[in-house]
Amino acid sequence: MNELSKIDTATLLQDVSQFLWQEADILDRKDYDAWLALWLTDGFYTLPIDDTQDFDNTLNLCHDNDKMRRDRIERFQRGFSISSAPPADTIRTVSRFVIDKAEGDVVVRSAEHLIENKFGRQRVWAANLTHTLVRTDQGFRIRHKVARLLNSAGMLNSFSYLF
Amino acid sequence: MSLDMPKFSDLDALYSTDDAKVGTSMYEDPELFKVEMEKIFRRTWVWVGHESEFPDKGSFKLSNVGLEPVIVVRDRKGTIHVMVNRCRHRAATVCEVKKGKTSSFQCPYHGWGYGLDGSLRALPYPEQYGDDFNKEQHGLQRLRTEIYNGMVFATFNEEVEPLVDFLAGAKKWIDLFMKQGGGFPVKVLGEHQFSVPMNWKVQLENTTDAYHFPVVHKSFMQSLDGQTEEMFEFLETGKGFVEDLGNGHSVMVMIPELVDLDENLDAPIPDRFQELAQELRDEGYPDDQVRKIVRAVGGAGFNLNLFPNVACSMAFFRVLTPKSVTQTDIRHLALGMESGPASANRMRLRLHEHFQGPMGFGSPDDAEVWERVQRGTVGGGELPILVNRGMVDEQQGVDGPRGHISAETGMRAAYHMWKRMMSA
Ligand code: FES
Ligand SMILES: [Fe+2]
Repeated sequence: MNELSKIDTATLLQDVSQFLWQEADILDRKDYDAWLALWLTDGFYTLPIDDTQDFDNTLNLCHDNDKMRRDRIERFQRGFSISSAPPADTIRTVSRFVIDKAEGDVVVRSAEHLIENKFGRQRVWAANLTHTLVRTDQGFRIRHKVARLLNSAGMLNSFSYLF
Repeated sequence: MSLDMPKFSDLDALYSTDDAKVGTSMYEDPELFKVEMEKIFRRTWVWVGHESEFPDKGSFKLSNVGLEPVIVVRDRKGTIHVMVNRCRHRAATVCEVKKGKTSSFQCPYHGWGYGLDGSLRALPYPEQYGDDFNKEQHGLQRLRTEIYNGMVFATFNEEVEPLVDFLAGAKKWIDLFMKQGGGFPVKVLGEHQFSVPMNWKVQLENTTDAYHFPVVHKSFMQSLDGQTEEMFEFLETGKGFVEDLGNGHSVMVMIPELVDLDENLDAPIPDRFQELAQELRDEGYPDDQVRKIVRAVGGAGFNLNLFPNVACSMAFFRVLTPKSVTQTDIRHLALGMESGPASANRMRLRLHEHFQGPMGFGSPDDAEVWERVQRGTVGGGELPILVNRGMVDEQQGVDGPRGHISAETGMRAAYHMWKRMMSA
């Protein structure tokens, strides 16, 4: 690796980390309008159950296109959903970034640890995230985000927030 | 039943039939829970799976009968067996893979090997057990297993009536429910699973509770198009009903037009299915088949509650597994069309994800109110829980009492059976 590409890689990693940390902060603050703005219209937000890439033909926890994402956020915001009024509070960290693809769309894998609190009861969740990010004039936009929970195919609880 | 099991002699205080009041301890008493597991879950038919989950010889899946972990497996001859997941040597589980395909089950501890029918095939160094060791007496503990229209049930009770007799008035509703295959066999496409801190009977009540729908599921309704929202306003129109089908089973008809999916095939195709209809036409399906598939794709217009642990609900199975007096696991199995059009099955998957499961627009709100029931019962222990709604104008239906769509007739049916089994 020459000096120049080393610097490129370091810069990309820095840019990507900054973006993912910003997204994590938005999700913990439940600033969902800001979150929606991070997406490309043809993007998909997927929480798979099985070990597959064929999300369209498989049952997922969610597999949201633009409309479903907006409906989901509206559900959170309008105050009629008892599980999200109020929702659980969350604190998460995202780390262990690995850039799988740096040319064209950027594919980055990361680890997410999240603790939720509701009714004074705390639960811990962990997920492997894979973001497919597109470079735009306004910075990165998300084309696909896959959040694969540990035990995604096992017994879970219900969620009033996003991963 | 163990001798030290407490006697609940005053069952009327737990459920009084005349005024349909449930005692608070029904959701809270750990001793009562133990007796329920023995007298209900070990004595009656418990749903363990659907035939489509076992497509091949050797296909298996882990399931539960009450608290007890079982393996459901199809053997070489095609017969489905249900057996306790416990080695006959020193009790290790013989399988910890949730589902898959195998030719045998081998205990990881000392290597006893069992066939797909549970029989003990081989064990290392058998000489030490002497000549009169009988392998036939050391197979995995097998449960009586019977199947109705693809639904696999098992029981520890060798004396219990045949499954078809137990299902009684529910059979014809199961047959109607399976029409959602749209001309193809019904197939399990996948499942959502979540655990809720509630007594199992809170769940048993809910599948036959239309009263909660416009309140708890308002945010789901708001996410629907106008036509579909109207369809779900079954409390407003009041056309449906709830009927006691005997033996604790009940049916709640929300959308009478969708009871028989083979009928009204020439009715106009709803907006939300237009795109799918076009896709099917483009794939070359003839018009009558397109109509049949599209009509079936939204599922049946009713919830069938089968005592004690499964419901056939619109386009999925809802299965409950009691874990403790205050904890219940819920599984929602999405249903599709076996070797049917991929586009229709994709629609089913997205519809299922929309409402069901940990991230659905419906289930999390259900889970919240169920937990709220459990939290609420901590206070006011002397206050009754009311399941008397709709007793005022209940009529005799085809198989039992029939009430208003929002009546608690189905809950009364279940508690009636609960009491019958608990007093046996
Ligand atoms: S416990 Fe299974 S072989 Fe010993
Ligand atoms: Fe509900």
